[in-house]
Amino acid sequence: MTAVAENPVHDTSQIPAPEGSLTITVKIQRFNPELDDEPHWESYDVPALPTDRVLNLLMNIKNYVDGTLSFRRSCAHGICGSDAMQINGINRLACKVLVKDLLAKKGKQTTITVAPIKGLPTMKDLYVDMEPFFEAYRAVKPYLIAYGNEPTRERTQSAADRERFDDTTKCILCACCTSSCPVYWADGSYFGPAAIVNAHRFIFDSRDEGAEERLDILNDAEGVWRCRTTFNCTDACPRGIQVTKAIQEVKRALLFKRI
Amino acid sequence: MQVHKYDVVIIGAGGAGMRAAIESGQRARTAVLTKLYPTRSHTGAAQGGMCAALANVEEDNWEWHTFDTVKGGDYLTDQDAAEIMAKEAIDAVLDLEKMGLPFNRTPEGRIDQRRFGGHTRDHGKAAVRRSCYAADRTGHMILQTLYQNCVKHGIEFYNEFYVLDIVMTETPDGPVASGAVAYELATGEIHVFKAKSIVFATGGFGKVFKTTSNAHTLTGDGMGIYARKGLPLEDMEFYQFHPTGLAGLGILLTEGARGEGAILRNESGERFMERYAPTIKDLAPRDIVARSMVLEVLEGRGAGPNKDYVYLDCTHLGAEVLETKLPDITEFARTYLGVDPVEEPVPVYPTAHYAMGGIPTNVHGEALRDNDHVIPGLYAAGEVACVSVHGANRLGTNSLLDINVFGRRAGIAAAEYAHGREHVELPENPATLVEGMVEHLRTAHGGERVADIRTELQQTMDSNAAVYRTEDTLKQALTDVQALKERYGRIAVQDKGKRYNTDLLEAIELGFLLDLAELLVNAALARKESRGGHAREDYPNRDDVNFMRHSMSYKILPDEVDPDAPLGLSGFISDIRLDYKPVTFTRYEPMERKY
Repeated sequence: MTAVAENPVHDTSQIPAPEGSLTITVKIQRFNPELDDEPHWESYDVPALPTDRVLNLLMNIKNYVDGTLSFRRSCAHGICGSDAMQINGINRLACKVLVKDLLAKKGKQTTITVAPIKGLPTMKDLYVDMEPFFEAYRAVKPYLIAYGNEPTRERTQSAADRERFDDTTKCILCACCTSSCPVYWADGSYFGPAAIVNAHRFIFDSRDEGAEERLDILNDAEGVWRCRTTFNCTDACPRGIQVTKAIQEVKRALLFKRI
Repeated sequence: MQVHKYDVVIIGAGGAGMRAAIESGQRARTAVLTKLYPTRSHTGAAQGGMCAALANVEEDNWEWHTFDTVKGGDYLTDQDAAEIMAKEAIDAVLDLEKMGLPFNRTPEGRIDQRRFGGHTRDHGKAAVRRSCYAADRTGHMILQTLYQNCVKHGIEFYNEFYVLDIVMTETPDGPVASGAVAYELATGEIHVFKAKSIVFATGGFGKVFKTTSNAHTLTGDGMGIYARKGLPLEDMEFYQFHPTGLAGLGILLTEGARGEGAILRNESGERFMERYAPTIKDLAPRDIVARSMVLEVLEGRGAGPNKDYVYLDCTHLGAEVLETKLPDITEFARTYLGVDPVEEPVPVYPTAHYAMGGIPTNVHGEALRDNDHVIPGLYAAGEVACVSVHGANRLGTNSLLDINVFGRRAGIAAAEYAHGREHVELPENPATLVEGMVEHLRTAHGGERVADIRTELQQTMDSNAAVYRTEDTLKQALTDVQALKERYGRIAVQDKGKRYNTDLLEAIELGFLLDLAELLVNAALARKESRGGHAREDYPNRDDVNFMRHSMSYKILPDEVDPDAPLGLSGFISDIRLDYKPVTFTRYEPMERKY
C-alpha cells in the first residue's frame, strides 16, 4: 500500500502550548479501514517542547485535534514496547525519541513523519497486526527447557555464564527489529530477528537443555540462514541489543554442530 | 455478541494474572483476557527486585521479613497474610529461577541479593541484603519469564480485550460470579465469557495523578468494576508515592539505586535522610523518604531553578556499578533529563506509584463482599487486591512478591473451585451495562472532552491529595472530582467507529478513574490521622485508638435504574458509605515507627 494525497490543514489551536514551545509539523500516515481504501498522509502543526517525546505530540493530536487517531502506548518510557513506529523513516519507540533529537540544525526542517512499522499488516493508523510477530516468537520455544529432577534450591550459574546471554534478555518484543528487516518485508514466513534473539537467550543459557530443538527449528528454510546481515535490526533496537551479532552466534552454533 | 465458556477467566496479563494462569491453566480450562498484549503490562517497569529471606549473602529469615512488612505498613498490615507472604517468598523466588528467570548471581553462582528500603536484619538493627534482582530489570524479567511459561503451557490469551464488567448471579446465599463482559478492541464487538471462577488481576490506578510512574493504561478498571457493583474497596486512602521519580516526569528510578549506595541530597548537598531516619537513612521506607523530600522542598532546601526537587546522587558508585547493576535508570536519566548519573546528581521528586488498597481478599485470593463473606468464584490478586499485606505503606520489592505469592494462590484456588462445579446460569442480558456505555459513547454529542476532564482530575489530585493532605485540600479535591463526574455525563468522543476505537475506551477508562479518585479522597477525608502513605498535616500523628482499622468504601447504588445517568451508569454519581474492618494481629504489637 502506498500513501497518497494530503489533507487540508487541521485546527490545532486547542493543544496547550507551554512557554518555549516550537511549532512542529507532524506528518502521519492515516488509515481507517472503515472509511479508506488505502492509507494517506495528514499533517498537523503542533506546539512542542524540545524535550517532548514524539508520543506526547501524538497524544496531543489525539486529545485535542482528532480523536480517531489510533496508536498503541502504555508505559511511555521505553519498557513495554507498545509504541514501535517508523519515525522519520526509522523504527523506534515514540516514547523514547525526543523532539530535540529529530530537529535539523538551525531550525530548517521541523517536520516529523510517523508511519506504522512495516512488514506487519496495518489495521488502522499506526496499529499493526502483531499476531504474526508473536507467532514466530512462540515457534522458537522461548522458555527454559530442562530435563531431570528439579533441584530443591536454585540452579547455580556462574556470573560469567549469566553474562553470556545477558544482552538478549533485554528484549521487550516491540518488533522494531523484525519490522526493519528487508528479508521479513519480502517474506513474512521468515522468523525474523526478534524470534531469533529470544531463541538465542535460551540457547546460550547454561541452565537450558533445549538448544538442539531450537537450533533444528532455526535451521529451517525460513530460519536463521535467511538473514542477510544488513544490521537494520541492530540499528532499530531501542534496547541496544546487538541483534545481528546474536543472529550470527546462532548461525555459528549451527555450523559447529554440523561440523 | 459472542459467548465463550471457560472454567476460569483471568482478567489481566501482568505478573499476578500470568502467575495465576500458570497454575490455573494446568488444572482447568483457562482464558486470560487482557487489554494489552501480555508483555506490555506495567509489571515490566518494576526494577529493583523481589525480597525473600534466602540468606544467600548474609543471615536472614522470613520472620524478620514479616516484621519489616508489618512495621513498614505502619501496623495496618494483616499479620497472618504478611507471614504467609514472607514464608512463601522463598519458594516464589526459587520457582521463578526454575522457570528460567535470569537473576544476577553471587560469585558462588547463587541468586545475588541487595539492600532495599525498610528491609532489615533482626527487627530494624541494620539494612539487610534480601532483594533478589536482575540488574534494574527485575520486573521485566519476571514478566518475560511468566509469559514464556504461559507459552510453554499453552495458556489461551485474548489480547486487546477490555473487560468492562463482570457478571454475578444472585443465589439464596448471595451473589456468585458467573462471567465477564469484554470489548474487543480490533472489532468493537462485545463478548461474554461464562466462567465458573474469575480472577481480577488488573493492576492499579496511578493515572488519577498527574505525576506518576504508572503507565497510561493503569486506569483501575478492575477496582472500578467492583465498586460499581456496590462492593467494597479496602484502604483506598493509602496511595504510595515513590520517592525517586525523575523530576517533572515521574519516571521511576529504582530504590535499588539507594540499595547500592546512592544518597539523597538537598540543595546544599546535605544528606538530609540522616535527620529523618538516623539508623537506615536513605533506605527508610518509601512513605518516610517521600515525606522527608517534600518537607525539604517546602522548607526551602529544594534544588534547581524553582527549588522544587532534590538530588539522587549516584556519582560515587562509579560507572561500572551503574552500567552493570543500574543500566536502565542510568539510561532513563540520560534520555529524558539529559543528566548523566555517572557525572552528576539526578533531579528527583516523589511520583504516584502504587495503590495499597483495592478489592478486599482473604489469603486465598477470594474477594470479599463485606467484612466476613466471600463472593464464591471471585478472586483478585496483585495491585488490584488488598489482602492486606502492605498495610498503610508497601515496602519496596513486596509488590513483585505479592503478585507471585498471591497470583499463584488465586490461580490454584480459582481452578480448584471450578473443579466439579457446573457453570452458574447467567442472568438475562448480561451485557446490558457494557452495551449501554458503548452505545452511549457512539451516539453522544455532548460538549465535554475526555482530555480536559482527565487533565483537571490529575491536576487536582496532584495538588490536593498527594503526599501531604489536609481537611481543606481534600475537600477541594472532592468538590473538584464530583464536579468532573457531573461533566463526565456530557462527554463525547470523536471516533464513532468499531475498529481499534481507543477514543471510546479512553472515555470509559476515565469513568473508572473518576470513581476511584472520589473513593480515595472520601476515605482520606475520614481518616483523621497520619499513617504510612496517608499523611495529614492537620493530624500529624498515628491514632491507634480510632484508626487502627481498615477502611471499607461502598458506593450506595440506587434501587432503580436511572436512565439519565452518565453513560447509562446508574449510581455513577452516588454517595459513599464508609465502614471499617479490623486489622489481624498475630505476633507484633504496634510500636512507634522509627528507623
